[in-house]
Amino acid sequence: MSELRDLYQQVILDHYRRPRNFRIPPQPTQQAVGHNPLCGDRVTVYLQLDGDTIRDIAFQGSGCAISMASASMMTENLKGKTVAEAQALFQRFHELVTSDQAVQGPDLGKLAVLAGVREFPVRVKCATLAWHTLRAALSGSGDTVTTE
Amino acid sequence: MSHPFLVAGTARGRAKPAATFDVHRIRADFPILQQRVHGKPLVYLDNAATTQKPQVMLDAIRNYFVHDNANVHRGVHLLSQRATQHYEAVRVKVQRFLNAASEKEIIFVRGTTEAINLVASSYGRRFVGAGDEIVISAMEHHSNIVPWQMLCEEKEARLRVVPINDDGELLLDEYARMLNPRTRLVSITHVANALGTVNPIKQIIDLAHRHGVPVLIDGAQAAPHLPVDVQALDCDFYAFSGHKLFGPTGIGVLYGKERLLEAMPPYQGGGDMIRSVTFEKTIFNDLPYKFEAGTPHIAGTIGLGASIDYVQSVGLEAIAAYEQFLLREATEALRGLPGVRIIGTAREKAGVLSFVLDGIHPHDAGTILDMEGIAVRAGHHCAQPVMDRFGVPATIRASFAFYNTLEEVDALVRGIRKVQEVFATCPSCGICTSK
Repeated sequence: MSELRDLYQQVILDHYRRPRNFRIPPQPTQQAVGHNPLCGDRVTVYLQLDGDTIRDIAFQGSGCAISMASASMMTENLKGKTVAEAQALFQRFHELVTSDQAVQGPDLGKLAVLAGVREFPVRVKCATLAWHTLRAALSGSGDTVTTE
Repeated sequence: MSHPFLVAGTARGRAKPAATFDVHRIRADFPILQQRVHGKPLVYLDNAATTQKPQVMLDAIRNYFVHDNANVHRGVHLLSQRATQHYEAVRVKVQRFLNAASEKEIIFVRGTTEAINLVASSYGRRFVGAGDEIVISAMEHHSNIVPWQMLCEEKEARLRVVPINDDGELLLDEYARMLNPRTRLVSITHVANALGTVNPIKQIIDLAHRHGVPVLIDGAQAAPHLPVDVQALDCDFYAFSGHKLFGPTGIGVLYGKERLLEAMPPYQGGGDMIRSVTFEKTIFNDLPYKFEAGTPHIAGTIGLGASIDYVQSVGLEAIAAYEQFLLREATEALRGLPGVRIIGTAREKAGVLSFVLDGIHPHDAGTILDMEGIAVRAGHHCAQPVMDRFGVPATIRASFAFYNTLEEVDALVRGIRKVQEVFATCPSCGICTSK
């Protein structure tokens, strides 16, 4: 049962119920849609870039607790960061939810609570959906990304 | 007493199946059910996705490979004769299982999906043209939507969809109005996989026949749970999958009326489906071989035969009655839980219980139930239009087979309570999670 408690920590449930930055920014410079066709989770990530800096980041969508909490915490973490920092954090986060060897550092902040996902391989896609969508938004490709 | 199989008034205050249905003896025939998952006894409630396999079915496949393995319809040698004999014996078994008029009307395919694709491709190629119409319903599995969409796009035909009500029942009046001289085929499910609705297919078929329109019934969710008589139904096509009938994956059946199958062109070309081949002209084989190109899934067919024997030894009438009992108990138990909404409340249902939990995504519920040893499906069940109709992204689906028990229904209820506990909010604010 401890794996379950790790997966559904209070902070995750809190972000699921009250997602932060759950809105459409007034003037997004970039956005992308992410879709998990297996479960129907859908998320849109909006960015407002000021040069190389993420001035604003927000999201909309619907999905499970893991995907919504991950998106919410991602937006909290990345506001004010540079594009390069966001790309680096993508890698760090991906390792966090997939690898037992992942090192938890201060850069991950609250996101570290999602480490429990690695015990549930089928749920990794839930945790990374918003992140793949972020990367698509950063690259400005405009395509819908899917987890499949 | 509401049913001959049930005796009322037990200590727990609810009906109980009578001794005539010995579920514990049945469970002993399914080796996979004896295991524990995540330290808990396995409670397998994902039977609408695929069913578990009885030992006799596994033995039949093993015996075929150990003793008889050879290609069918080809060799003069003994093994080939034996393989052919076993393979063709299953065709007769299926004929009797569906009460088809002739074994020529039984085509072996990979599964229900291939059966529907066969009809869409072959019947569609010959009989559907621009401006014609195909009728399906709003409760179909993707496999009974997409092949028709592809056909309609290719032929510039029109796909018409019979709507359903809030209980998940077909609107028969709307259906009757949809039939017209341009209708070429009706393709409707017998039992809806995401909702459990049992459709009045006899009525559906009769209405179509008044317009001279043939009907395909998707029996994937029905064949394992209800007796089917294609002659009594006057059904034109009936499709089902072996793996949902306690048989192997990769084998299924298309029943088609001989007259229609004769008029249809072959689906795939290859060996076995021809009588003679020259570069100038090929003469196709007779039914059913015209539709069975290439070496078939011989072992799978033999396994399917064993599973049909097994199901018939238990008896589909008894199975249907017992599963109705489980469904009724489960439905009542879930109705008694706060924060549970059942999706699919048709009057006539077969062992499917789809539901959503307030404020909890089905995937999260599925993970927590799995940790309790309970296997359910969480998702859109390959029926996205059904999910849209009910305004949910997904549901949790518990689906029953005749090896499930009342204790497993209780486990499901405990599991749902556990899910709600994990997601519980504090009573004072209703938002934060401090308990």
